[in-house]
Amino acid sequence: MSLTLLNVIVAVVIAIAFAAANAAYLVWAERRGAARIQRRPGPNINGPFGLLQPPLDGIKLMTKQLMIPGGADKILFMVAPVLAMAPAIMSFVTIPFSQGIAAHNMEIGVLMIFAFASMGAMATLFAGWGSRNKYAVMASVRAVSQNVSYEIPMLITAITVVMATGSMDLKTISLAQAGGFWHWNIFPSLHSPLMPISFIIFFICSLAETNRAPFDLGEAESELVAGFHTEYGSMGFGLFFMGEYANIVVGASLTTILFLGGWDCPFGIFPGVWWFLLKIYILIATFIWIRWTFPRTTIYGLLNLSWKILIPISLFNLLLTAGLLKVF
Amino acid sequence: MGGYFSEIFYGSKSLLIGMGITFREFFKPTVTVQYPYQTIKMSAKFRGHTELIADEEGKPKCGVCGLCERACPSSCITLGSISVDIEVDGKVKKKKVLSKYELDFTKCSLCGQCVENCSFGALEFSKEYNLASTRKEDFHFNLLKRLEERNA
Repeated sequence: MSLTLLNVIVAVVIAIAFAAANAAYLVWAERRGAARIQRRPGPNINGPFGLLQPPLDGIKLMTKQLMIPGGADKILFMVAPVLAMAPAIMSFVTIPFSQGIAAHNMEIGVLMIFAFASMGAMATLFAGWGSRNKYAVMASVRAVSQNVSYEIPMLITAITVVMATGSMDLKTISLAQAGGFWHWNIFPSLHSPLMPISFIIFFICSLAETNRAPFDLGEAESELVAGFHTEYGSMGFGLFFMGEYANIVVGASLTTILFLGGWDCPFGIFPGVWWFLLKIYILIATFIWIRWTFPRTTIYGLLNLSWKILIPISLFNLLLTAGLLKVF
Repeated sequence: MGGYFSEIFYGSKSLLIGMGITFREFFKPTVTVQYPYQTIKMSAKFRGHTELIADEEGKPKCGVCGLCERACPSSCITLGSISVDIEVDGKVKKKKVLSKYELDFTKCSLCGQCVENCSFGALEFSKEYNLASTRKEDFHFNLLKRLEERNA
């Protein structure tokens, strides 16, 4: 597949537009959803159903002055917000939304997305370290240890799927699951009886990787003011915020491709991009639902969950899948 | 080992119960009042500032005895009266009529002594609570004028 310059530009623009639009309107969806769960209406003043809230919030953030605190590491401080947003947009490049809709399909798509996802931890680390703020440093220490411990079970479950499919190409993985919901990786008849549990582990890890509640220890506002972005205002904060939501979209897309059959229709009718979008938005709604249901865990509870429960179970499933693949 | 799996099982179960609760709450109607656009009716026992009660003719029931003024622990009531001639059974009599009833709400503690002491039953608590202002003068109420405005 040869990429002309125009192709690249169009792909990048679409990826950025999709990421930014999702980031903006998922904030709205989150606020509305949270409000419904707490039995209040949420943002409903600006525009119908409060739909003008995200652009107005954006204008507000953009018109504020970007302050760099004295004593902060200027380069790290400026780089961190960009680093929070950029990997998420980069990940969109390789995600296949449908058979024909992918900016650039790569043989090693899974690897690429995980490589970029790891950079998200760097953004929190730089932000916390560069801010010269004790709360921010504490938060970045937490966020990094959290990211390290949750990347392991996430990668192990991803390897399980990759092993079962025999490919790291996201498109091939999706196509291997085509033909109705009983072909999806989540269903146990295919590769290993523990696949649904693997799916749950992957989902929990993507919650933790995106620093979402109940794993948002990086910005535990009850203890650490605002966590790693304590010193950020203006669009610096805006980029962190948008990066979080863009990462959620990436996480949901990856879960969909690895476990839920990508753009495959559960009943074999009308396969296409809408099924993919439907699946990722159901997953994102679950993200939001979980956030507004559970209180924040402690850092010990978080690490215990990863090292004592998620990693052993995912390792066991890896071995089981490997064994079953060898036998059958 | 059994404890390990039962902990996972009961932990996951409790998480699912929690998610079930929020799922049900999601579809229930909202309960908040959209304050500047909606207000709620105050309960019968709500104590706002005092208000004069009018008789059938729309005049205040007050007989200007001054009991409220004396009962007030914060001295926030100022009364004024004028004598007017009225005809009762063909004879001309003088009667005191309320000409001024000022309530200094900045000092009022809403104790209700004035309402309880009133021998004419001419005072009541209003149900008004949207009284925010940046000027002190807005809290010096002329109750007589407010009564006229209500009558109008």
